[in-house]
Amino acid sequence: MQHDLMFKRLANEDGGTVLVEIDGATFNARAGDTVAAAVLAAGMIPSRTTPLSGSSRAPYCMMGVCFECLVEVDGVPNVQGCMTLVAEGMKILPQTGARYLSMAEQEMYS
Amino acid sequence: MSERIYDLVVVGAGPAGMAAATTACQHGLDVALLDEQAAPGGQIYRSVGKPAPADTRVLGPDYYYGRKLVDALQHTQIDYFSSTTVWDISSERVLSVSIGGHSRTLRAAKILLATGAQERPVPFPGWTLPGVMSCGAAQILLKSSALTPPGPLVLAGSGPLLLLIAWQLHKAGVSISAVLDTTPSSNYFKALRHGLGALRGWRMLFKGLGYLVSLRKAGINMLSGVTKLSADADSSGRVAQVHFQQRGHSRVINCKSLLVHQGVVPNVQLTRAMDARHLWHEQQQCWHPQTDSWGETSIGGVFVAGDSAGIGGALAAEHFGRLTAWQVACQQGRLGSAERDMLARPVRQTLNRLMVIRPFLDVLYQPAVEFLLPVDETIVCRCEEVSAGDIRRFVGLGCSGPNQTKAFSRAGMGPCQGRMCGLTVAQIIAAERNVAIDQVGYYTIRAPIKPLCLGELASLVSHGDKQ
Repeated sequence: MQHDLMFKRLANEDGGTVLVEIDGATFNARAGDTVAAAVLAAGMIPSRTTPLSGSSRAPYCMMGVCFECLVEVDGVPNVQGCMTLVAEGMKILPQTGARYLSMAEQEMYS
Repeated sequence: MSERIYDLVVVGAGPAGMAAATTACQHGLDVALLDEQAAPGGQIYRSVGKPAPADTRVLGPDYYYGRKLVDALQHTQIDYFSSTTVWDISSERVLSVSIGGHSRTLRAAKILLATGAQERPVPFPGWTLPGVMSCGAAQILLKSSALTPPGPLVLAGSGPLLLLIAWQLHKAGVSISAVLDTTPSSNYFKALRHGLGALRGWRMLFKGLGYLVSLRKAGINMLSGVTKLSADADSSGRVAQVHFQQRGHSRVINCKSLLVHQGVVPNVQLTRAMDARHLWHEQQQCWHPQTDSWGETSIGGVFVAGDSAGIGGALAAEHFGRLTAWQVACQQGRLGSAERDMLARPVRQTLNRLMVIRPFLDVLYQPAVEFLLPVDETIVCRCEEVSAGDIRRFVGLGCSGPNQTKAFSRAGMGPCQGRMCGLTVAQIIAAERNVAIDQVGYYTIRAPIKPLCLGELASLVSHGDKQ
């Protein structure tokens, strides 16, 4: 995460703070932020790599259309970051390539 | 136990959906309002019940106007479902919806799809790079999180939203390196034919010119006649430079953020999935569902209102939402047709006044050909990384429509289900075959229209079996 990649927060109506973990680092998100907004504010850019070529991507439309903001949230892969609100203690990681099956799913299908 | 059947289920809580739901409720209808976001407002009035920026001058009065619609909604007895995604609607008007990872069904006598617009895909070489984002996305971040993109910042494209977001970011104190206007100069002459309409809609014209003048006055580098837009990355893979031509000269500007825009198009995913009849709008260069004068689609009992019916803007959406609600109230026996017509008359007059400038705006801001028919190396399907050249190659091999190129190239098969490539792919095929786009058609859209976990689908089926 680089400081110069972070989106800047303007003076804002106090929405309260939500403590999350973004790519291993603690981050103070604003209550009402989507996961994708928090990811941009924290400068986790790129936020995913594509399943096909592994090329870098970041949130693009912020309104649920493009699916470029897919990230891993609390161990669940391919979560649409712009359609999910941050919650206290949430662990957000970049989505690397294609999704994998979680342990629970692996047991279910084995 | 017999399942509840709502008189009206409205999908989408933007201006059209909010106004329709409120109006229908006032006429005694049993109404449910479903919306994907956590709070009502749609994208235009996103988070307007609780806007993030402290300084209300940043977003301006047109945005805060939306609070009126949200307040009206809150004084009704509507069943409002937030953070709810509709992923299927059956021909019996049973809606399958996903709420917090669980699916359930709702039944409706009438359905209004007020799903709004999405930004037109802006394919150009480099548009997939991190740091490139749509103007609408930047505006959403401003409204709901008070976030602004890191500089140096360049905006590129065409349309009212390009100027509006530039003005809003400037007022927020963000430094803008350049605004690159890609509106083809020939559009100005073509639009003049609709100049009378523009004059009659002078208020909106005045507003648009106001942004332009203010941006120039503020000393922002406004470059018009920009062509051959492309973006390059640095070694980190992020956008670092924007390349373009202006007045015959090749130019490069360094940037960390590039915001792009080429207008908005109706969100037709649900009407497509329901197989409603769609028409091609030549001036707006997009598809829209065919409707009667009350918004009823080719599928009886299913209505569309607002931008999802054809681009008309937020105010027109609100008024049309009310018209639709009166028609539904009439069909449900809560409002006589004479009374309906009496209510509708002044609203239709307002709508005519609001729509009179559209042909001028639509023609003026038609995207340049390079964004409709991008050069071969441009990725058109972002999900499956299929280029314009790939599509052209498959047309050369005999593919005659989007469903065929989809089978050959996987374009349109990723998680966005063609939302980001459908228009481009159809237009490339039409150009290559030298036929009208109506003859090429669109992807066949099937439920679920948003990706769903298999477990969620299975739980709905087993739940249904028990009943």
